[in-house]
Amino acid sequence: MNMFESKPVEIRAAPHLKRPQAVDEIMRNVVYALLPVVAFSVWLFGISVLALVLTTTVVAMATERLFSHLSGQGNTLGDWSVVITGILLALTLPPGFPLWMAAVAAFIAVGLGKSLFGGLGFNVMNPALVGRAFVQAAFPVAITTWTPAFAPGRFTEFIPSTLAMPFMKPPPVDEWIDGLGMDGFTGATPLALQKFEQITLDVGDLFLGGVAGSAGETSALIILLGGLYLAYRRMLDWRIPFGVMAGAALVATPLWLMDGQAYPSPLFIWFSGGLMLGAWFMASDMVASPVTAKGALLYGALIGVLTVVIRLFGGLPEGVMYAILLANAASPLIASFTQPKAYGTQRRPKGET
Amino acid sequence: MKLLNPFKREKTFSHGGIHPLEHKSSTADRPIRRLGFAPRLAVPLAQHKGPPARPVVKVGQEVVRGEPIAVADGHLSVSMHAPATGRVAAIELWPSAAGPKESAIVIDVYQAASQEVLFDHPVDVLELSPQAIVEAVKDAGLVGLGGGVFPSHVKLVPPEGRRIETLIVNGCECEPYLTCDHRVMLEQTEALLRGIRIVLRATGAARAVIGIEDNKPDAIAHLRSALRADDAIGVQAVETKYPQGAERMLIESLTGRQVPGGGLPADLGVAVYNVGTLAQMGELLPQGRGLIERVVTVSGPGAEHPGNYLVPIGTPVSFILRQLGATGYVTEVVLGGPMMGMSIASLDVPVTKGVSGVIIYRAKDEEQGRQRVYPCIKCSRCVEACPMHLNPSLLAQLAHKREYERMASDHALDQCFECGCCAYVCPSNIPLTQYFRIAKAINRERPALVS
Repeated sequence: MNMFESKPVEIRAAPHLKRPQAVDEIMRNVVYALLPVVAFSVWLFGISVLALVLTTTVVAMATERLFSHLSGQGNTLGDWSVVITGILLALTLPPGFPLWMAAVAAFIAVGLGKSLFGGLGFNVMNPALVGRAFVQAAFPVAITTWTPAFAPGRFTEFIPSTLAMPFMKPPPVDEWIDGLGMDGFTGATPLALQKFEQITLDVGDLFLGGVAGSAGETSALIILLGGLYLAYRRMLDWRIPFGVMAGAALVATPLWLMDGQAYPSPLFIWFSGGLMLGAWFMASDMVASPVTAKGALLYGALIGVLTVVIRLFGGLPEGVMYAILLANAASPLIASFTQPKAYGTQRRPKGET
Repeated sequence: MKLLNPFKREKTFSHGGIHPLEHKSSTADRPIRRLGFAPRLAVPLAQHKGPPARPVVKVGQEVVRGEPIAVADGHLSVSMHAPATGRVAAIELWPSAAGPKESAIVIDVYQAASQEVLFDHPVDVLELSPQAIVEAVKDAGLVGLGGGVFPSHVKLVPPEGRRIETLIVNGCECEPYLTCDHRVMLEQTEALLRGIRIVLRATGAARAVIGIEDNKPDAIAHLRSALRADDAIGVQAVETKYPQGAERMLIESLTGRQVPGGGLPADLGVAVYNVGTLAQMGELLPQGRGLIERVVTVSGPGAEHPGNYLVPIGTPVSFILRQLGATGYVTEVVLGGPMMGMSIASLDVPVTKGVSGVIIYRAKDEEQGRQRVYPCIKCSRCVEACPMHLNPSLLAQLAHKREYERMASDHALDQCFECGCCAYVCPSNIPLTQYFRIAKAINRERPALVS
């Protein structure tokens, strides 16, 4: 009869129910959504991309482990977030990017972009893009050296630049490309063709993939499918990619209507370059984006607008990376004037970052 | 109806809310049964918001079931009545759900007594003046039985310059597991409607609306059929969404207006009463009796005989467990619903007027809590879930920095009523609601610092 009186009783704070979806599950699903993008890229560009993804992911994980050990946080690999950073970083790089440079990029991405800020949840900008921006500045030639998709023998041999020795200049790939016997490859991405040579590729080809470009920015369709899966599972805020695409269309459409020769169509803007990958997988990085619904839309739109402005009027063919990094930096500001208005109060709370 | 039109949405509040698993099927169809008397009952003097009642019995004195044993101490206090015939064994400190021990009148129940209620003063309530009704409600010891435990008679008298136009009757029962209000609506319909008419008379309100979540179509249909043609009472289905049954949420769902921050429902001309409270009012007032028992849902993964039970006030939780059994090693017992209820530290804690549920968890149900806590990843789920439209993510950052005053002065912390939605959805398993509970408690300790 005393069985209920003497036993210890647990005390816990309400609520006593918990929705079963933790951070590691969300991050793991983002990785799953990225895997088809990786697979498609490997099919296009061969084992060089596979080596690239493995390199950035392993170095990113090792960097995370090192810094989490140094900062006394214990092992933080279990939250899976660093795996996303590693894969995303690889997908922003040219397929033949030298592996040692990719390793540098991954180290900078996690070390400077994430760990120095305090790790998961504290990074101000998307870590993968921080790493990408660093190598863009450090290795300007390698980061703009494009190789063709569907090169023969891509599953048996590496692109020559991939295996460049550390701190050595990578061998030029021109001769290798000529040796492939692929006519018509100019070494330029669709965006560069459009910007500098006024050659606009077919939007349908862009949507399905199979054009030159960074490892992961070629097939809009596969990125869209992965993104929609995450949005459906509520692991991604649909407002951000929606905002990006709306913002891009907002600037691109009037220009295109005014002069369809000089300016590309909004569809071309959407499906070319890194806009899809950036919108669905990088801009949507929860940590570096505003938490309110209105803020997310504004933040997305800012990225879309900046991307198109850089693409059409800037010195670079592609602007997604800088657009996202700038919007990341502006995110606290956006958050400060999009705070929710509490029930029953007319006053909007003060902004806070 | 839902099947024919999946896009049909009942009325609801404007922002936030969650849809946890309901867990109501194991008790919703079980009629209310009476639980026996524990050998020893403990009636706390403070079962309501407001000053504790003042005892009017002495240790050693015999009391008869229904006899007043403590009287209201001031306008915000209510009376207590003996839940059983027996002898006052002690007036002493007794474990409470909140943690600290609190004064209680301990009664040794006479097992052989007939347990008849002899304290009757039958009256025709609907002939009483509004003032007399207010006094009668106070004497009956009625408080909000939904868990709010605010003295019922206080809400009958709105502040100067305010008038109650509409009585809102809360039959939402949005907490998972709980079905006691559902059963009350089905089984104590007449008493409920009588209670509504009493409040309409006392407040002079023109109409009453019974708000019921649309997961209880039987209760909606049953109450509609029980209404008389001349009743100024309506039944309104509202969307099944936690915390629909919170006072300010239901007011917004039914009227489309928000209670001003720091204000009262009376500011909008409404008063909200729980169906259980009104059913007790309709039952007790005509007989001139006091509140001595209430319907409690006993449920949870560890409950061997889940159901709805009429439990004498003061019954220790250990007695309920012994009578109804558990299916394993009990590690946690929650009084109230799982979203807002409290885990108790001692099974001696008694059922009080505000206890709507006894939820039993076993060792193997532990996976509900104690998961790894990750840093906040700013996923915005808490912001989306907060029915008061606060920013829990930001409030938690401030709590980490111990800037409790700024949480209140700049970010409307005081609007938080601890519904638990933010902590429920948080993928980082951050105990957000507990942060806010602590912050509010600290701010209460030093009110001078909060402007």
